[in-house]
Amino acid sequence: MDNQFFLSLITGIFVSGVAGYLGSLMLTKRMALVGDALGHIALPGIGLALLLGLNVSFGAFVFLLLGVLLIWFLEIKTYLPTEALVGIIFVFSLALGFLITPQPELLEALIGDISKVSDIDAVFSIILSLFVLYVISKIYPKIMLASISEDLAVASHINIKKYNFIYLLTIALIVALGIKVVGSLLIGALVIVPATASRVLSRNLRQYTLISGFLGVLSCVLGILFSRITGLAAGPLIILICILFFIPSLILKKEDNRV
Amino acid sequence: MQNILEVKNLIVSFNNEKVIDHLSFNLRQGENLVIVGPNGAGKTVLLKTLIGMIPFKGEIKWQENIKIGYVPQRILPERNIPLSVNDFFKFKSSILPDLKIDSQKVFESLKSVGISDLSILEKKIGVISTGLLQRILIAWALIDSPQVLLFDEPFAGIDIEGEETIYNLLSQIKKERNLTIILITHDLNVVYDFADSVLCLNKKLICYGSPKRVLTPNSLSQLYGGEIKFYKHKH
Repeated sequence: MDNQFFLSLITGIFVSGVAGYLGSLMLTKRMALVGDALGHIALPGIGLALLLGLNVSFGAFVFLLLGVLLIWFLEIKTYLPTEALVGIIFVFSLALGFLITPQPELLEALIGDISKVSDIDAVFSIILSLFVLYVISKIYPKIMLASISEDLAVASHINIKKYNFIYLLTIALIVALGIKVVGSLLIGALVIVPATASRVLSRNLRQYTLISGFLGVLSCVLGILFSRITGLAAGPLIILICILFFIPSLILKKEDNRV
Repeated sequence: MQNILEVKNLIVSFNNEKVIDHLSFNLRQGENLVIVGPNGAGKTVLLKTLIGMIPFKGEIKWQENIKIGYVPQRILPERNIPLSVNDFFKFKSSILPDLKIDSQKVFESLKSVGISDLSILEKKIGVISTGLLQRILIAWALIDSPQVLLFDEPFAGIDIEGEETIYNLLSQIKKERNLTIILITHDLNVVYDFADSVLCLNKKLICYGSPKRVLTPNSLSQLYGGEIKFYKHKH
């Protein structure tokens, strides 16, 4: 196994695992499409980073941070539904991103390219993934409680606004990191497909979070391996494998899935 | 007996409209206070204000270091959410890290609400029946041994299982755990059976005192507006 391949694989494993874990929380909060939207919001940042020769994840994160702050601010000020606000900001970013991103790099921005990850990139991705993992594990029970009963959460002195903000920041970080792996078009799938499959299979939180993370890792490893064998782009392969795991989960638990 | 709560001239407003207007009352240790009033009278708002969820004017003075348990009207978990009843109890330890919640504590509080079949802990919370979920919420509130319990309409939409109603359960829990209880209800029968004091609320205080003394046809018609006929059931 050559060094570059190993770097890609290890970076992918950490980022996808944490993306799957975070996705389990996003699904519970009915924010399945937020990852998708944020992926698009990052596009102008990716374009600028490619133009200026900066790290793609860094460029993406700066724009995501601006996007998240804007959404959070508008949510408090206007009381409009979050999804509407996200929707508007995301199409704005998409339009802007297409104009900014240089044509040859556009494809990389859209579907990612894990094969070119540098060792510094890898180290940063791993450290930040572990950081996000730690933060989510701390805020998970509080956000989960607030999502089933805001009353109980507030009565338990949980500062919901504060935790929601931290939670949005972790999404921004994971989206920025994941864009390297599967690109801005597909990052939404990386956070939500493993969690959806896991949700069908799980009976409790432990199973739910573990299976989500595990399916993320497994899809990524298989996707990168297939990419090496076939020469096809890793990003779309990873997502297709994610979805392959989702289909049998539906068949396995057909009974329970009816509401 | 000692007052554990003193409320003076409490005013709660939403958008400049007074939802609770100059309310004063006290709560003594061991007392059962029942709050009655029509829909939109501010009952739930009052409970939430008492535990610091809603800003207010006036004075709310709890005894120092008092522990309060709160049972909300309802929680609405999605049916398929992969969250077991056990997970729900575990949330309590992440909220109160100082409190060690072991399985023993969970078993004890489930027992207090009449649940002895522990297989319920493995069930998904979204598929539990309304009545059972209500008991679980009470157990959840009891687990860190509060001195006061605040219940919001535990009678609405409850399927009564066997002879034991939530209200019988409350009386029993109260005895076992030496609790003070504030309860919101629509069911005036509960007032006579359960309450030491009743507080009739319709934005303003309509009546306050022992049920037999203050629940007069006059105060009830003032509370609910127009003619209301209510006779205490003779058992």
